[in-house]
Parts: sequence; C-alpha cells; structure tokens
Amino acid sequence: MGRVKTIARRSFLIGSAAIVGGVAFGAYMVSRTPENPLEDGLTEGEAAFNPWVLINEEKITLITPHGDKGQGVLSAQAALIAEELDVEFGQFETSFGKPSPAYWNHAFADEGVPFKATDDGIIAESMREFVRGITKLMGVQGTGGSTSMPDSFIKLREAGAVARETLKKAASLQSGVPVAQLKTANGAVELPDRTALKYTELAALAATLDPVEQVTLRDPKTWRMIGKPMKRLDVIDKSTGTLPYGIDVAVDGMVYATVRRNPRKGGEMTGYDATDAKTMRGVQDVIEVSGGIAVIADNSWRAMQAAEAIEIDWGPAPYPHAQEAHWEVLAKSFEPDLLDSKWRDDGDVDTALSGTNTITAEYRSPYVAHAPLEPLNAVVHVTEAQVEVWTGHQTPIMLTEAVAEITGHAPEQVIFHNQYMGGSFGHRLELEHVKQAAEIANALRGTPVKMIYSREEDFAHDFPRHIAMGRCRGHVASGKITAIDVNIAAPSVMRSQMGRAGLRIPGPDAQIASGAWNNPYKIENFRMCAFRAPELAPVSSWRAVGAPGAGFIFDTFIDELCHAAGADPMEERLRLIDHDTSRKTLEAVADMSNWGSDLGPNRGRGVAFVESFGVPMAEVVEVTNTDQGIKIDRVYVACDVGTIIDPVNFENLVQGGVVFGLGHAINCEITYQDGMAEQSNYHAHEAMRMYQCPEIIVKGLENGTKLRGIGEPPVPPAAPALGNAIFAATGQRLREMPFHNFIDFV
Amino acid sequence: MKLKVNGTEHEVDVEDDMPLLWVLRDELGLTGTKYGCGIAQCGACTVHVDGLAMRSCQVAAEMAEGTEITTIEGLGTPKVQHAVQEAWIEHQVAQCGYCQSGQIMQAASLLDEIPDPTDDDIDIVMSGNLCRCGTYPRIRAAVKTAAAKLQKA
Repeated sequence: MGRVKTIARRSFLIGSAAIVGGVAFGAYMVSRTPENPLEDGLTEGEAAFNPWVLINEEKITLITPHGDKGQGVLSAQAALIAEELDVEFGQFETSFGKPSPAYWNHAFADEGVPFKATDDGIIAESMREFVRGITKLMGVQGTGGSTSMPDSFIKLREAGAVARETLKKAASLQSGVPVAQLKTANGAVELPDRTALKYTELAALAATLDPVEQVTLRDPKTWRMIGKPMKRLDVIDKSTGTLPYGIDVAVDGMVYATVRRNPRKGGEMTGYDATDAKTMRGVQDVIEVSGGIAVIADNSWRAMQAAEAIEIDWGPAPYPHAQEAHWEVLAKSFEPDLLDSKWRDDGDVDTALSGTNTITAEYRSPYVAHAPLEPLNAVVHVTEAQVEVWTGHQTPIMLTEAVAEITGHAPEQVIFHNQYMGGSFGHRLELEHVKQAAEIANALRGTPVKMIYSREEDFAHDFPRHIAMGRCRGHVASGKITAIDVNIAAPSVMRSQMGRAGLRIPGPDAQIASGAWNNPYKIENFRMCAFRAPELAPVSSWRAVGAPGAGFIFDTFIDELCHAAGADPMEERLRLIDHDTSRKTLEAVADMSNWGSDLGPNRGRGVAFVESFGVPMAEVVEVTNTDQGIKIDRVYVACDVGTIIDPVNFENLVQGGVVFGLGHAINCEITYQDGMAEQSNYHAHEAMRMYQCPEIIVKGLENGTKLRGIGEPPVPPAAPALGNAIFAATGQRLREMPFHNFIDFV
Repeated sequence: MKLKVNGTEHEVDVEDDMPLLWVLRDELGLTGTKYGCGIAQCGACTVHVDGLAMRSCQVAAEMAEGTEITTIEGLGTPKVQHAVQEAWIEHQVAQCGYCQSGQIMQAASLLDEIPDPTDDDIDIVMSGNLCRCGTYPRIRAAVKTAAAKLQKA
C-alpha cells in the first residue's frame, strides 16, 4: 500500500489529462475505507459515528475538515451534517479536525479529467470515477477548486444520517420502543410519549453499537436548513473582533519572528551583515533559513524592524529578470513543439481563415498577487517528541509531511491545528512560509515561534497568477461568426505549484486554457490550442486559476467578432451556445439587465460568459464614460450551481467574486524588474475600493444536475464583461489587463 | 508609558515609535485589531483615538499616551453588541472577516460624525478600508442599517 501510494502521489496530477493511462489500481484498494481519525483518542462513553460526528455526554462536535478562507464552508459543512442529524446551529461545536486520508476530497476528480465539467456522458463520468479512486487512495485532503460543497454535499448528509440512525438504535435499546416509532429533533431522540432523550445522554450506549450504515437521505422538499438563509456560525465573532485567525494564535512562551528572503524568488543569499540588527531592542537572534534570514525577537514589529536593518546580498533569480523578457518567452511559445493540448478542431479553420478579411487580435493577462489581507504566518513548536503547527492551510496532510521533513519527525508526530484564514485566494495552498516557520522553530527547539511575513515580504514572495498571452484569428460573414482560431500560451501553473510540493506533472495542463476550451459554443470552424510556455517566475493557483486569464482572452475575442459581424453580442452568443443550462444563464442575465434597451449617451454595456468549475456564469456590466474616466454603474449576474446551500452566503460570494474580478482587471499586476516584483504593498496593487464598487444584482439558477461550488466562478467573466462594456461606451478595445494602463477610471 | 485602552490603563515598556498596532497586538494581546499593510493602505488596524478613527499602524505609542483608545474589543462584545456590530451581523457582511474589525471601527466613527450619511459620504469615508473579499455592497447596506438603529436609540 505504501509504495502504491507513493507512486500514485508522484505521478498524480490535478487539472491534467495525463491521468489517462496512469497507474491502475485494484478495486479492492479503492473500496477500502480509510481509518476514522476520531477513533484515536476516544474517551470512555464518547461516540465517533464516522469521521465527522463526535458525541459525548457533554457536547456534540461536528468536524468540518474543509478550511475556511472566508467562503463560509465551515457553516455550510456543519449545516449539511445538521440537516440530517437534526441539530440546530448553537447546539454543537465545530472543529477543523486532524489531517487524515478519511477526509479525501471526492470532488477534485471533476477538475482532474480532460472533460468539460458540464459533460456528464458515460466516458467523462467513468474517468471521474477512476480519478476519484486515485484521490481516495492517496488520501488527498484539500480545500480548493471550488470543491468543498461538491465534495461534501452527499457525504456529510450521509454522515449526519448515519449518526442519527445509530442514536435512534441506542434510544430504542434503552427505551424498548421500536426504531420506527422514534423521531429526532433538536439534538434529541423523541419517544412517542414526547420524552426527549438527548444525543449526549445516548452517546455512551451508541458508542458500543456498530454505526447504522444503511441510510436514506431526506427528500430535498423536507429540508429545513439547506437552501434557506443561514446565519453563519462565525459571523458574530467576525463582527466583534473575537475570532482568532492564525496570526492571532498565542502559545505560552512564544517568541516572534519574521523572515527576509531573496526577493528574486528561488535565488540564493550570498552574504549578509546582521551586526546592527542583533543589537536592536528585543532582538534575540538572527539565523539563516532557506534563501535568507530570520529574526527572532520579543515582538513582531521589533523583528520586522531588525530584518529591515540587515544588509543582505542576493544572488540572481532562476528566471528572466525583466518583465519584458517574460512576455518575449510567451510570444515565442506558439510553436508546435510547445503545443500542450488541441482542445478543439472542428470544421476547416485554415480554409475558413485563408481569405483577406481575417480578424486578428493579441491579448495579455498579467501576473497578479493573491495578497490575502491576513499576511502569511505560522506558529510552530518543535520538541523532541512532536511538532505542533497553528496556521490556516488548504492542504493539511501535505503540510504535516513538509514540516516533518524539516524537523526529522514522522508525519504522524506533527499535530496540525488548522485556523480560520483571513483570505487566501490560493496563497494558502503554498507551504513555503510554513516551512520557514518550521526551520526557525526547529532551530529553537522547545520554544514556540510565531512567524509573520511583513506585507512587503508577502508581496515579494507571492507566487502570483501566471501570465498568459492569446493570439486569435476569426472570420465573420452575413452577420455571424463563422470561424475562430484561438491560441493561448502560458507557463503551466500546475507544474510550478505541484513542483514545489515535489510532485511531477508530466502531462497537459488544462488550466492553460481553462475558461476558454470549456466554452459552450458551437462554431462551424473552431480550433483552440493551448501552448505550454517554459517555466518563468514561480506561479500558483489564483482564485479561478486559468479562467481569469484565458476566459478574458476568449470572451473578449468572441465580443470583437460579434461587433465585426455587426451582430448583437448577446444574440450571437445565444445563437452559438450549445448547452441548455448555460443558455439559460445568458437568457436570465439578458432579461435582468434589460439587454437591448437604450442606456443613454456615453454609456455602454458588455456581456461575458465564462464557465469555470462547472458553473455557467454570465455577467453584464454597465459603464458610463465620464469626464473623470470610466465609472462602473451596475453589474448583473446569472449563474447556475445546481443547488444553492445558503442563499445569503451565495449572494455575498458572487458579489465578492465580481468585485475581485473587476478590481484586479482595473489596476493590478505584478511586474518583475531586476528579478524582483515591483509591487510591494497595496498602494501599487490596490484592486477595488468601495467608491468604485458598482451595484451588483445576482440571480442564482438551479437547473444544473450537479451541485457546484461558487467560490471562484464569479471572478472570470468580470474582466471581459467590463472590457466589452468599455468598448460599447467608448469604442476603445482593451486587450490587456490591467485596464488602467490604457484608460482612466473614476 | 501608560496607555488607556478600552477604559483600562496599561503600563507598557515600549519604544516611543512602536506603532500602537503592535503595542495592542503583541504587548497587550488585543488581537482584534489586525495587521494588514503597515502603511495605512488597508485600514484593518483602525481604532478610535479620542473618538476618532485612526490607523493604529501609523500612531506611534508616544502619540497615543494620554488618549482614550478604543479597539474593536471595547466597541462591543458578542453579548453586548454596538449598533454597528448588530447591523454587520444582520447583513452577514463578513466573508473572511479579517478587515471587518477595521471596517466596523471606521463605520462607527463615521456615524458618530455624520449620523445620517449619504451614499457618497459612506463611499468616501469607507474607501480607506480595503476588503479583499469584496463585501462592499453589504458594508454599504449595514452602515445604513446601523445609522437607522443609532437614530432610533
């Protein structure tokens, strides 16, 4: 098992087509259930019905293993269990749980196969089943790819139902009343005479029983929580400053630390002089960590001040030092030997584009920082016997393995306390900051260390969203789009990201053209190629990964062709769309925005449609061209996630995603000069502030057959919808983000 | 030096130029006030100094001496919420929530000065506070609800 697991892990790839023909596993291995991590450490009279429900005589604890970065999945996971368990918010505690293969992510498979998420044909489904087997075998526990709800939707309700039925069995044994006559509500089993036996009172007996595994999930019509507005479990604490994030963790005897590492990411430190820094007040030591130094002090500010005072010589970066050279690499990547995937090849594109009236355009999508508002940090305490880690992270098992490698402990000796995250947008999938904290704490064995990045270090050591370039050609005739040839070149984000985790990524990377190749359009002559540029600066998954860049390229070009054809951009998209659920979102947004009505002078509206993570997402942006620049007035959004868990949180996430997409499209980019990111803080990478925020009207549809996550999909269409609106209002076509380099905004 | 925070006087032994933010967080353990940028660009560290919203990363400890400092912990508690906090909870504003201490402190100060703010007032005053999650539509609505609550009170 160990070896197979290693092979699987080494050759595993998420978001890639090369899984086809990979290692084959016996069904017996895949069907084995991972151990329940709650069994370890159970006390007398405590019942762990499955990895998600723990009840003792004092309390009910629900395990919500998906990390909460702000997307509200702690509450949503708890609600799924509570729906079937018949407990209400306020009647249980929650825990992020221990890292465990039992929490393997069922839904990563949907992004791990080279089929459109909307394709539920037999080949696509059987491939997903195959990949699910591998992710289970590997025990891939992770939060990301908008998978928390797709992963949890069935299994957490089942977990709740199993616990409920087992508690009923216990109640039946205790009372002598047959199970069929028992009801459950408010954390108790109710006897026919209305006597309520609390779950906590039944736990000891239930713990002696085998869990009742044969359960039937309730009819959605009877749901009392799912689909209804919820009050998030964290909302009071987050509104009163009482919720601790990783950066707020305090451990007895803790010292404070910060790092400064080569801002030419991956480069060496060639020398340093910490003489002055070591004399500064509160500074306890300056030590070397991989690629730089760490200052240990009695206060975070003192550590940061001292780190700034150290003179350091940095070696060169392992990538081109000037931004223009990065673009040159991409420009030279549209070559046959760098072809990553040919996603579409319908009709005869070469003949259709051989005439003189071919429309061509080139697009650029820049590097962009994650910059979650809570700077990266970790508290680590290393002793001979064990390691404890406190931080908010998206891949707990990988974290324990990475820390163990540094400290020399076994992964099981690394105790990870996952924390609420003050944002991530993908940055908390990375492990560099945790490794540095582990290096420091390992040097200071016995003393807990809180390591915090300064905001400047956070920017310097972000692994931003990858750059992408698009070269597109098209043809229109008789008011219609007749041919399209889309070529997108980008470095592989999956190769860069997984490479840092020691995983080999041999095959294609579906993220290079994600948001483009998976479009729902049927066009007579249609070719789409993704080219994998050589690795440049290290990059990482940024909210919606490939779709914000490739979706911008593809949808903007569709819009250009609509205008070239003299067609209405909404009508032509609707004519081309070949997927019913997607068409309905576009029709809904057309209806909401009163598409076609006169907006008045100096105004314009643009539509964009981008599917990501299986969610068809249509957005219409309205702008006014004022004397001071472009003002975004209003955004209409229609999308389809199959089933909406909490309409309040859903609306909040969609609005936030639109703000995120618009803000970064307007004014954010990371550019390299001398091998270092030129942007060091929010003044140079601002995104949207309130004065620019439009009214955002959201409609969630539920026509889709599968439940989807909403964390990422609202982001990608925002940029092209804005660019398309600006074109409608001004006649100026924006083919490169950030837009503020080319046009003023209010 | 002596600092009066949320009505309690604390004796702290810090440099004159240590930002109030870090005195609060690392010396007094009041972690509701957040570090986001250190250069007054994000507003996550907003506190009230003599009733006025200020970025605590820009207030040197010596400047804060002799003032009345209020942090999010002093504005209200989970049990006894300030009207702005009530409104924030009603509107389910928070996503990651990391900026919200600062947003709430800024909003409370805004409503203190302008009890019935216009949309423009809200946008202008609140634009110094970044929200990476993009909860601005809900913040706007919550400020209005809080204004109504305070006027009724």
